[in-house]
Amino acid sequence: MAERPEDLNLPNAVITRIIKEALPDGVNVSKEARRAISQAASVFVLYATSCANNFAMKAKRKTLNAGDVLAAMEEMEFERFLEPLREALEVYKKGQRGKKEVSEQKRKDKEKKVDSENDKSREEEDEEEERMEEDAEAENEADDEEVEN
Amino acid sequence: MKMSENKDEQASGNKKGISLPISRVRLIMKSSPDVSSINQDALFLTTKATELFVQHLALSSFNNGSGKETNTLSYSDLANTAEETETFQFLTDILPKKILARDYLKSLEQMQEEDGDF
Repeated sequence: MAERPEDLNLPNAVITRIIKEALPDGVNVSKEARRAISQAASVFVLYATSCANNFAMKAKRKTLNAGDVLAAMEEMEFERFLEPLREALEVYKKGQRGKKEVSEQKRKDKEKKVDSENDKSREEEDEEEERMEEDAEAENEADDEEVEN
Repeated sequence: MKMSENKDEQASGNKKGISLPISRVRLIMKSSPDVSSINQDALFLTTKATELFVQHLALSSFNNGSGKETNTLSYSDLANTAEETETFQFLTDILPKKILARDYLKSLEQMQEEDGDF
């Protein structure tokens, strides 16, 4: 998959919003500064990823996990991020569990619905079978009688 | 995975949500060599960390720089902060300080004169 240079940049609108929220009210940000911060953010992602990946590789893992990222932050001397990151992760995980439960429940409800529809038609089939069995039994009895006789 | 809900409901500053698109961050992470796969939590953390980083860089540069008078955050504030602050030093390559062409040419000339002495 070829990545165009733009694709490795973060959306300008969001970056601008984050910057504005961080600065005191009414402060202007030059276009150049905005672009530079956006690029810096991309470099940050790369640096953090590479750092986190080192921790994963040391632990002989192929998948980067949360611990690796937190360790990377410490390594990069961004300890100030650790607390807010941990808190945010808690909230995020709760949200994910909630979403999972909702979709699990939806799936179960769907299955129940299908099952009950199947049951209805199965009931009809069962009745059919019962009738057939009764007929068969009747035949068998007739045969038995013959045999006994 | 739908992250658009988070983007709309929550700004990065408040609560614990994120504004940056996780998919884009994932793209950047995957471009790093040797990275095989990234678990969901790690993706989230990296995205959140990037937002924190943007805030930190912007505010530090503003406080550190001359923007206080002009009430503007300029590129040079960023470049200066990158050079002067240890945690931002990994940025010096992409945030080089700018010099006037005139000064650059002057220093070039000086270097050539020094070479000439050999």
